[in-house]
Amino acid sequence: MDYFMEQVINGLQLGLVYALIALGYTMVYGIVKLINFAHGDVFMVGAFIGYFGFSSWGLPWPLAILVSALCCACLGMLIERIAYRPLRYATRIVALISAIGVSFFLEYFCSLKFMFGPNYRVVQRPFDEVYWSIGGVTISNIQVLIFCTAVCMLVGLQYLVMRTKMGAAMRTVSFDHDTARLMGVNVDRTISFTFGIGAALAAVGGVLYAIAYPQIWTFMGIMPGLKAFTAAVLGGIGLIPGAMLGALIMGQAEVMTAAFISSQLRDAIAFSILILVLLVRPCGILGKTQPEKV
Amino acid sequence: MLTVRNISVYYGAINAVQDISFEVKEGEVVTLIGANGAGKSTSLRTISSLIKAKSGEITFEDKNITTLKPHQIVAMGLIHVPEGRKIIGSFTVRDNLKMGAFLRKDKAGILESMEEVFTRFPRLKEREKQLGGTLSGGEQQMLAIGRGLMAKPRLLLLDEPSMGLSPILTEEIFEIIRTINQKGTTILLVEQNAYMALQVAHRAYVLETGRVVMSGDSNVLKDDKRIRAAYLGEIA
Ligand SMILES: Nc1ncnc2c1ncn2[C@@H]1O[C@H](COP(=O)(O)OP(=O)(O)OP(=O)(O)O)[C@@H](O)[C@H]1O
Ligand SMILES: [Mg+2]
Repeated sequence: MDYFMEQVINGLQLGLVYALIALGYTMVYGIVKLINFAHGDVFMVGAFIGYFGFSSWGLPWPLAILVSALCCACLGMLIERIAYRPLRYATRIVALISAIGVSFFLEYFCSLKFMFGPNYRVVQRPFDEVYWSIGGVTISNIQVLIFCTAVCMLVGLQYLVMRTKMGAAMRTVSFDHDTARLMGVNVDRTISFTFGIGAALAAVGGVLYAIAYPQIWTFMGIMPGLKAFTAAVLGGIGLIPGAMLGALIMGQAEVMTAAFISSQLRDAIAFSILILVLLVRPCGILGKTQPEKV
Repeated sequence: MLTVRNISVYYGAINAVQDISFEVKEGEVVTLIGANGAGKSTSLRTISSLIKAKSGEITFEDKNITTLKPHQIVAMGLIHVPEGRKIIGSFTVRDNLKMGAFLRKDKAGILESMEEVFTRFPRLKEREKQLGGTLSGGEQQMLAIGRGLMAKPRLLLLDEPSMGLSPILTEEIFEIIRTINQKGTTILLVEQNAYMALQVAHRAYVLETGRVVMSGDSNVLKDDKRIRAAYLGEIA
């Protein structure tokens, strides 16, 4: 039973990291109907910047997370500006190909020697891992950190989207660009902002991931990226609560499979879920048949 | 107040609007009438800068707005209520109205405008917390106009406000348009319902396949033989 509870907590930890990535997919999809395939690579860049921040630049780790989030927000906005905006009203497939191009570019460019290099790096954690036993269940300070950070970011995001003017602008743009324009919304700026927020969340996810699973390399974004994408589809792409729900389910499914069936099956189960959702309920758990956005 | 000079608009190779000119003076209701595909909506979309004209010039209150962005035009008080209403389905009636005041900073003034809209459309007040997507067509049209009014328009562009409404509701909407104008808002009205449009408008322009083919005083046009034959359903 305790072993089971520990797995639930491990699943929660993974699921919350996925949630931070999945939100970027879903927000961007909601607002420009584009699967931003470079998003997983922004997560990777975030992990590296955070790592450099606390190990090479001597920043306190919370500051390293912040710096990583800010840099990636700029990166996300830059990607949108260069690779997506010129194609915004072109056929969907064109922008999708551009997204895949950006993804490859980030992976291979970052692998160059003068960037992050092609090798795995072991992350020296900025603090020691401490375990606590609560009623027989062991949890670590890293899990607590991930839990608190992720929950704060998710609550903050929900507040931003539902309660602020920028959030209202985002939801209106996601409804219809021209309608938003006629209300006086600066659509370009709103889209840019959405990419920035999504990238910042992924960056935070990346740094937390690097601290929790302390090994990073330039292709590390692919798998979590695909799984977070699956999570977003599972919950209902375009829906923020859907992305959170989908990510939590994905985290549990993966950890439970590894713990009770076989750890070799953990990736297979993730993608079986994707295929199953696409076959049975393509609009996702929370999605309506007419998919709603953001 | 608004001057449109020789604008031409293309969708790809399709020339939707060809060298059109018209003007709206302060305090007027002016209508653009014409059949399906005549270029009425395209003209309005060009004024609010949703599409760029290939040539020509648009001035609003003596300022050239041809190259401005849509949100800059909204900020000047030129408000466009689009064809098809475009009510945000997942927003409540109240939030849709608030969205109309997006660029306004005066909180108290916004609440005041909201009350004015609710007095003008009591039906919206009753449905204040209902989602926009659950309103009937007529209610959505009222909401669309109300949302336009929330921006405190100097000039209001209305694209087919009577579309899909029953005769009684159409009468009601046109009555509202008249009172909005009497309260000091200038209106450019696009309509297929030429009969009703000519009733409320001071002046009218008749569009045919992207060109202005006739223009003048509504009362004069109403009695014109060709207009009566083409748009008012009379046999010439
Ligand atoms: N997005 C578009 N792409 C291509 N052609 C378009 C587009 N929108 C309009 N058109 C064409 O431009 C012409 C003018 O269209 P517009 O919508 O301005 O007509 P309208 O007078 O508003 O008609 P209606 O009364 O049916 O609304 C039409 O021939 C139409 O087919
Ligand atoms: Mg039209």
